[in-house]
Amino acid sequence: MPSVTAVVVGAGHTGLAMSSHLAARSIDHVVLERGEVAHSWRTQRWDSLRLLTPSWMTGLPGAPYDGDDPDGFLSAVEVADLVAGYADASAAPVLTGTTVTSVRPGVQGFDVETDQGHWHTQAVVLATGTTRSVVPAIARRLPEAVTSVPALDYRNPDQLPEGGVLVVGASASGVQIAEELQRSGRPVTLAVGEHVRVPRAYRGEDLFTWLDRLGVLDERWDQVDDLVRARHLPSLQLVGGDRRVDLNSLQDAGIRLTGRFAGLDGGQAQFSGSLANVCALADLKLGRLLDTFDAYAGGRGDRPEPTRVDDPPLGLDLDSGEIRSVVWATGIHPDHSWLDVPVFDHRGRLVHDGGVTRWPGLYAMGLPVLRRRRSTYIAGADADADDLATHLLDHLGTGGSRFAQEAS
Amino acid sequence: MTVTATPVDNGVNVEALLGARDALTDTPEIAQFQWRSTVTWQNGTHSRSEIEGFYGLCDEQVHTRKFSLDADHPPQFASEDQGPTPVEYVLVALGSCLTAGVAAVAQQRQIQLRSVSATLTGEMDLHGILGADPSVRNGFSGVKVDYQVDADASADEIKALVAQSQKRSAVFDMLTNPTAVTVSVS
Repeated sequence: MPSVTAVVVGAGHTGLAMSSHLAARSIDHVVLERGEVAHSWRTQRWDSLRLLTPSWMTGLPGAPYDGDDPDGFLSAVEVADLVAGYADASAAPVLTGTTVTSVRPGVQGFDVETDQGHWHTQAVVLATGTTRSVVPAIARRLPEAVTSVPALDYRNPDQLPEGGVLVVGASASGVQIAEELQRSGRPVTLAVGEHVRVPRAYRGEDLFTWLDRLGVLDERWDQVDDLVRARHLPSLQLVGGDRRVDLNSLQDAGIRLTGRFAGLDGGQAQFSGSLANVCALADLKLGRLLDTFDAYAGGRGDRPEPTRVDDPPLGLDLDSGEIRSVVWATGIHPDHSWLDVPVFDHRGRLVHDGGVTRWPGLYAMGLPVLRRRRSTYIAGADADADDLATHLLDHLGTGGSRFAQEAS
Repeated sequence: MTVTATPVDNGVNVEALLGARDALTDTPEIAQFQWRSTVTWQNGTHSRSEIEGFYGLCDEQVHTRKFSLDADHPPQFASEDQGPTPVEYVLVALGSCLTAGVAAVAQQRQIQLRSVSATLTGEMDLHGILGADPSVRNGFSGVKVDYQVDADASADEIKALVAQSQKRSAVFDMLTNPTAVTVSVS
């Protein structure tokens, strides 16, 4: 069985950032990748997708953004090319076409099983990103005539039948897909649960310029007031570029809003009566965010109009033919189903403290507010990988080598 | 929010509630509760409900005393008005749930309340329950709650209290989302 000091699972931007920081510490490692480098950026994104964050936030370790459009927004293909270029330039030891099928504790560290053979290693870094759509159980009970598509499988409007679409979820994916489908001539109904309303720009500057300037993105996981809540916050109701995707703009474009998709009674979709309150919560939270910008800069900017909520329907007959397809933009999760190490809570979620799991030598990257609020953005990987590579090196110097001595 | 020398006290033991949330992480089963009531027909549209026991914290529990609530309909329904109507109890349930939430959230956010009151209205078209028009539902076509809150807080902070209370309210959830109801005869 080949042996290597560390195994990184996933050759996306977080895995490659980790690889770079491991190499800087002379830790021999491999990066195992199920497909090609930046696989999910090429295979699990819709055609029109662009990053929510401007290009100045796409730097990787030792490779800050040096393009000519720092305020632009990279497309998914451009991100994939950026990540692949970084893998080449950094000569990362990536093994593509290698799917990890299990990781379990071994005699000295971990046994890693792949479809290309086994590895033994002293440390494992999970850098698999979020690759699994979370679709509620009611999706299975939709009428057969209705096409059902999780957001990760959505590519473009042509994939859906003509006619009405119900988009479930009004975070980044849901509002972007809804806007695009409405423009394609398909009347869209958007089911809206809790969401985070933010403006693309405020007082002439991009949202992320403000967040960066105020230090919000650098807030550490161990300083956040309510970490559980911060880690489960829906993605920002935003799009990279000039399109408008707040709920008022979507309504102006003809999209009909309903409350959260709460149930299905036969073919009758039931929507929550809580739309007014989730919009009020989002508007109030937006107001507090903009207050912090104004408090920093002085003065007061033009505030967005409150979200209009106008007698939303509580039910919709999915057998009537009015709705021909449903797109589930109801969240994405990491897939750790192959991880056979007891590091999960009773709900099956990975337990970690800033990316350090309770199992010595097992680390995670790229999860929401992993070590900082910027952890899930491209440029957030650098500092997290630096911190965790340092921890990993300490582990090798203590626990790791002690295991090795005991075993020899 | 105004910070004063006097500690904020809305009579809510927030530490106990937050402690409970922490305890849930270790022993999620203590969160499984069952609420109960019994109802006995009295006469006409008059019934009496009693509430005493419930299940929670992995054990049978009881209130500090037994509660008895009468429900009936007013003379306009040819009834004797021995108690509020059941639909008014729904408004009571919503109002008291939201108001408890306002107090708890205010305590947690260190906002001193001076007075909190709300007026609740539920719109109903009797064509539904009388079976006179199948397109009209039996229940409320809409419920409105209007709060008046006097507190050491800005207008937006007070709005946020009321919004957060809805977000965490059991009765608000039950009224705004479908709930499976199974009625049997034994």
